[in-house]
Amino acid sequence: MNKILSSLFIGLVFGLGISISGMANPAKVLNFFDVFGTWDPSLAFVMGGALITTAIGYRIVFGRQSKPIFENAFQVPNNKTIDARLLLGSAGFGVGWGIAGFCPGGAIPALGLGHSETLVFMGSMIVGILIARFLGTRRARLVAA
Amino acid sequence: MFITEFTPWMSLGGGVLIGLAAVLLMAMNGRIAGMTGILSGILPPVSADWGWRAAFLIGAILAPALFVAAGGTVEFAVPPSTLALIVGGLIVGVGVYFGSGCTSGHGVCGMARLSPRSIAATLVFMVAAFVTVFVTRHMMGI
Repeated sequence: MNKILSSLFIGLVFGLGISISGMANPAKVLNFFDVFGTWDPSLAFVMGGALITTAIGYRIVFGRQSKPIFENAFQVPNNKTIDARLLLGSAGFGVGWGIAGFCPGGAIPALGLGHSETLVFMGSMIVGILIARFLGTRRARLVAA
Repeated sequence: MFITEFTPWMSLGGGVLIGLAAVLLMAMNGRIAGMTGILSGILPPVSADWGWRAAFLIGAILAPALFVAAGGTVEFAVPPSTLALIVGGLIVGVGVYFGSGCTSGHGVCGMARLSPRSIAATLVFMVAAFVTVFVTRHMMGI
């Protein structure tokens, strides 16, 4: 129960951060990428603020706690292999982000603003994840067989 | 033409809150605050630990609604067409699945841990987005 309540609270903090930062606004996100047009450098400040806070905060957490408060262990990815799957997938994500102006972390809180455009994007993105998951697991099965 | 106002302080403050959420989620639940990962766990086949994921997402969606109800304003404009949202959404979905993450997971949490995979992924998706916007706006004129 504690884990559920803490997640709800942390989700609220995340959603508030996304909302006031401008990440939930596709026009602002696309203007960040439009250096040779209507450039708005605000998102560099979002990334900077988030990255510095997280880097310092993680150091404190990993330095002081041997395990999380509501779980038995930290679940942190330890894969270090940079492969084609990672790079091509990320390139695809960047292209889609540049076309739509939404990333997952911006679009999820934007749902709370109640605009139909966010629903269209989220619906398509979820279909995309499910298609990729189907293809990914089928390929894994073929490789295993 | 959609001109947006440069908002360094609000954006920095929002970024600090995003970082705070990432730190709290690690300290309390021991998890990376990556939206691709958290969302994927409530899509079929649903993860056994879907409860905290759903709670986080509900909180994230409620936040702007509460902020607006309390008198705040959240600027929102969508220059892309419906077709672009559909195509972009599909590509984002496939991309974040194979890339194992997005701006929050790789760009914030992974970069903060100096994960080589996340640094590579972030560089690639940022450059891809810059190039895509340059091509669509300045070469195709969309």
